[in-house]
Amino acid sequence: MASKATSSLPRSVAAHAILISYTVLALFPVILIIFNSFKTRKAIFRSPLSLPDAESFSLIGYRTVLEQGDFFGYFQNSLIVTVVTLLLVLLFGAMAAFALSEYRFRGNTLMGLYLALGIMIPIRLGTVAILQIMVGAGLVNTLTALILVYTAQGLPLAIFILSEFMRSVSDDLKNAGRIDGLSEYTIFFRLVLPLVRPAMATVAVFTMIPIWNDLWFPLILAPAEETKTVTLGAQVFIGQFVTNWNAVLSALSLAILPILVLYVIFSRQLIRGITSGAVK
Amino acid sequence: MAQQAILKKPVRWHIAVFLAPAVLVYTAIMIIPLFGTLQLSLFREVEAGTIYVGLQNFRELLTDPHWSQSFWNALWNNTWFFIIHMLVQNPIGILLAAILSNPKLRMRAFYRTAIFVPTILSFVIVGFVWKLILSPIWGVAPNLLDLVGLKFLFAPWLGKEEYALTTLALVSVWQFVGIPMMLIYAALLSIPDEILEAAECDGVTGMAQFWKIKLPLVLPAIGIISILTFVGNFNAFDLIYSAQGALAGPNFSTDILGTFLYRTFFGFQLQLGDTHMGATIASMMFFIILTGVSLYLFVIQRRMQRYQF
Repeated sequence: MASKATSSLPRSVAAHAILISYTVLALFPVILIIFNSFKTRKAIFRSPLSLPDAESFSLIGYRTVLEQGDFFGYFQNSLIVTVVTLLLVLLFGAMAAFALSEYRFRGNTLMGLYLALGIMIPIRLGTVAILQIMVGAGLVNTLTALILVYTAQGLPLAIFILSEFMRSVSDDLKNAGRIDGLSEYTIFFRLVLPLVRPAMATVAVFTMIPIWNDLWFPLILAPAEETKTVTLGAQVFIGQFVTNWNAVLSALSLAILPILVLYVIFSRQLIRGITSGAVK
Repeated sequence: MAQQAILKKPVRWHIAVFLAPAVLVYTAIMIIPLFGTLQLSLFREVEAGTIYVGLQNFRELLTDPHWSQSFWNALWNNTWFFIIHMLVQNPIGILLAAILSNPKLRMRAFYRTAIFVPTILSFVIVGFVWKLILSPIWGVAPNLLDLVGLKFLFAPWLGKEEYALTTLALVSVWQFVGIPMMLIYAALLSIPDEILEAAECDGVTGMAQFWKIKLPLVLPAIGIISILTFVGNFNAFDLIYSAQGALAGPNFSTDILGTFLYRTFFGFQLQLGDTHMGATIASMMFFIILTGVSLYLFVIQRRMQRYQF
């Protein structure tokens, strides 16, 4: 026993050393950008690695960003698109998952496979035709176009995850509801939905991140100033202000912060979702 | 019995109601456009209108020097992009997961959360952040290399044809290493204790235990990661576009299928946008991804299950 304890000390030091260096590698770029966004231009270049102090502190970058770019508008657009899509994906996804996991009907398996196709085949490959449809429907440069596309994109994975969870909801409960004369809709909304809430949270996080971060569809379907999302807004803004380092660093920080805050709040949910319960 | 027969008879409309919204949106916005794009690739715009040309667009894309040079360049770059991911991302992910899965390790939750941070950021942010860090103007990268005495190694990596693509692939690895780490971590934790105890009784511990017992058991997870990486890489666009622009410079050395599709579809500078050629490239990407996914589902995954039982 004693020999085991002594040999495990250097090993645990090595383990921590590797993990700490990788953590630094993962966080350093993000921290560097955020710190430097609070500095004067001179300080950014003279000592990029030092913290902002009383002398080098400056908000000029943020002032430029807020004056020149409509970041509040972009946030609002991103928020509307993400929240509405999330609601639609969760509602439609849960309904379809319930149908697939609860009832036996002809074509059940086939329908499940059909809906799972979208997990592996990216919706981007249909862009050419999606743009044509949106042009035809007059939805170009509207948030509706983005919401529709992202809903279609999010549904396959949502249905897949939720139907796994719904299979585990006890049949006795549902049958008790049926004997009490509840309709199938009431059983779904009143009994089943509250029970799969943890799975819904996982699906929500998984659906949200790619939508908030996507550049492709905003660039193609809604590039107008009024419909720009944060990701596209930051991309365009930085492209225009390439040489104004204060503004670029501040724009990047503004794009990083909201998602970082959300992540800190929901990280347990997200990680538990990925590792599907294996983590305690 | 009789009651059951009566209950079964009526059409169960609620099933249709539950399925309808999801199936409608999914079919209209995803499936129909996918096939619509495949169909568009068989047509071409001429002065008289749109005509059916069969596989002519594909033939041109693959053999006409005007197109094929860019296409094969993008395809090769994309393949290299994928190779780097497989060679760098997976080993690092496995290493980190193996260390994290030690139940006695302290601060596991912190490391897990911190290492996953880059994964939640958008490609746009990641692309610009690294562009700034690697920029010779700012000098963060040369300064840091100087600290460890390796300044001579510094070069403007993103500006050199021979390094740019590899650098961007490594940036992408930096961003996504959290995913293989998490999935393998979960797979490692789900290995039953009895198996590990049995191994210990037989004297298989430490590294030997990892190579001989744990690694084979997490192979299915590595398979899933590989196919996810494959699909993600052959559909990538955002990172290259934010770091190098639509021209995927220098001199198209970072051009991958996604940026090539974007340029072809929308046009760039003097080149006019071409819907049908765009659809042809998107179709090629579709076939490449479909081939990869089928290969995984029908060959790799089956063989793995056979190993397990």
